[in-house]
Amino acid sequence: MISTRILPLMRKEFIHIRRDPRSLLILFLMPLLMMFIFGYAINMDLKHIRLGICDLSRTPASRDMIEALKASPYFDVVVRYDNPGRTEKLFKKRLVRAVVIFDTDFERALERSAVTPLGVIADGTDANSATLVQNYLEGLFMGRSLEISSAGQEPPIRIKARMLYNPDMESAHFIVPGIVALLLIMIGALLTSVTIAREKEAGTMEQILVTPIRPYEVVLGKAIPYLVLGFGIAVFIMIFGHVWFEVPMRGAWSWLLLFCVVYIFTALAIGLLISTVVATQQVAMMLSLVATLLPSVMLSGFVFPIASMPQPLQWISKVVPATYFLIIIRGIMLKGNGLAELWPVVAAMSGIGVFFIAVAVKRFKLKL
Amino acid sequence: MGRSAENPAALGNAAALPYAVTVRGLTRRFGDFVAVDNISFDVRQGEIFGFLGANGAGKTTTIRMLIGLLKPSSGSGRVGGYDINREQEKIKPRIGYMSQRFSLYDDLTAGENLAFFGGVYGLNRDQVAGRIAELDSALLLSAIADRMTASLPLGFKQRLALACAILHRPPILFLDEPTGGVDPIARRYFWDLISALAADGTTVFVTTHYMEEAEYCHRLSIMYKGRIAEVDSPPAIKKKYRMTSIEDIFIHLVDR
Repeated sequence: MISTRILPLMRKEFIHIRRDPRSLLILFLMPLLMMFIFGYAINMDLKHIRLGICDLSRTPASRDMIEALKASPYFDVVVRYDNPGRTEKLFKKRLVRAVVIFDTDFERALERSAVTPLGVIADGTDANSATLVQNYLEGLFMGRSLEISSAGQEPPIRIKARMLYNPDMESAHFIVPGIVALLLIMIGALLTSVTIAREKEAGTMEQILVTPIRPYEVVLGKAIPYLVLGFGIAVFIMIFGHVWFEVPMRGAWSWLLLFCVVYIFTALAIGLLISTVVATQQVAMMLSLVATLLPSVMLSGFVFPIASMPQPLQWISKVVPATYFLIIIRGIMLKGNGLAELWPVVAAMSGIGVFFIAVAVKRFKLKL
Repeated sequence: MGRSAENPAALGNAAALPYAVTVRGLTRRFGDFVAVDNISFDVRQGEIFGFLGANGAGKTTTIRMLIGLLKPSSGSGRVGGYDINREQEKIKPRIGYMSQRFSLYDDLTAGENLAFFGGVYGLNRDQVAGRIAELDSALLLSAIADRMTASLPLGFKQRLALACAILHRPPILFLDEPTGGVDPIARRYFWDLISALAADGTTVFVTTHYMEEAEYCHRLSIMYKGRIAEVDSPPAIKKKYRMTSIEDIFIHLVDR
């Protein structure tokens, strides 16, 4: 089925790849770098939060609470002070991320078993961390509060949360599959758009178009070598994530690799589409990065949950290929999903891929 | 392929031969700008047909329409007997094209470039090797086969580009300013090759703005602002305008 004219094209493309070892090195090193940066820096769970304590109560009850805070791995009590007026200064000097204030009548209120106010102030400049701090403190005090109010009896409800699939709440398990999704779409689109733009710049595209080769043959001759290269990079980063970050592999490698091919194909189609609207390698590079990186980071559920986005953004997220691949790769690696659970998502992703390829080939023909 | 540049006999017979290229009322507009304005001409088989004109006269636009890189706005034409508006796919295997810009792959060796272009024209490795051997005496390809294309001197690059364009023995060859930037000796050598190709029956359609190159052509078309100002053989044109140099005639036509 494959025309013999595609073979020389593919052979030539592999020579280009081989003759440019620097780009090849970057292609394999960049994912490593990104994995280290994201894998270690994006830590969803805060630990060692610097905490200030203003104990105006100075009672056994407040001291008991303070001991509990000190014992928690999430907090480091770095400042203890008596003058509530200092609070703002502590924040301004960035000495603390949050303070807890025990009022003078803290113990008396507890004893009267009235609702006891406890002041918590957090640094809201980083809203994400502030929310986390608030949640941690609430959790901690809620537990204590239940123990006190039920005084000896079992508390009526005790939450025993168990985190499925990621019991230790390891951020890397969540982030590394995301990086695979991010990198593959970016590299795939970048490779194709830049290689075609290079031929346009050099005038060789024109030389090819004068030969009897058909547009679809040019497209395949370009796509197949980069599909192979992209697949190599995919396998490399997935194995690295599995070995180094110990991301579990609960499903089948075979499914994951197969769906990877579909995903990379979609990425190449996007690159092809981009190549039909740009004339230079530089513009191709910029457009590929913006068109793939931005939506894949912001709108795919990579870090930010899609469910909490405004409705129009949720619609956009439905055409971002990474949205689907994230569900697939996290499903297979963390949950052990197979085709039985994932087929609707795979179908949706394939649909988007076919759509991009159809538009790309049509536009590609039109440009000639 | 010999090195003889002489081919006077072809002229006499040419009138009887079918046309390799015929063009009628060919026009191309880019917005309001008319790059090629209603031109008509015929190119006989085995003829070196020169397109002479200043930069922007419409030479390249005309070639691009003939080889299927650009759609005509109006008018018709045939290349090798096939319609340029409808049968581009049939034209492509029968033509060779060397563009104005040097457009081979710099990061491939000369041999790899030849293998690639031979391959996309459907030649297998043995056929490519056979053709390279045939062309070797004239184009000296074996000496540069393993050299990276980027490192070749311009004269060699030009010969390599010509080799890539004629590997598949196209009956019609389009050359768009093939000798731009090449020194006079290399240019002379290049034209000897072109003349030899024509002597073997290849039709050569060539554009140039070097007036002295006009003398190598069997017939000349002088193009000015998208129109053809004159078509005839160089001696006939000189006779008509009673001038001895094509350059003077060209300036005369442009000033008119």
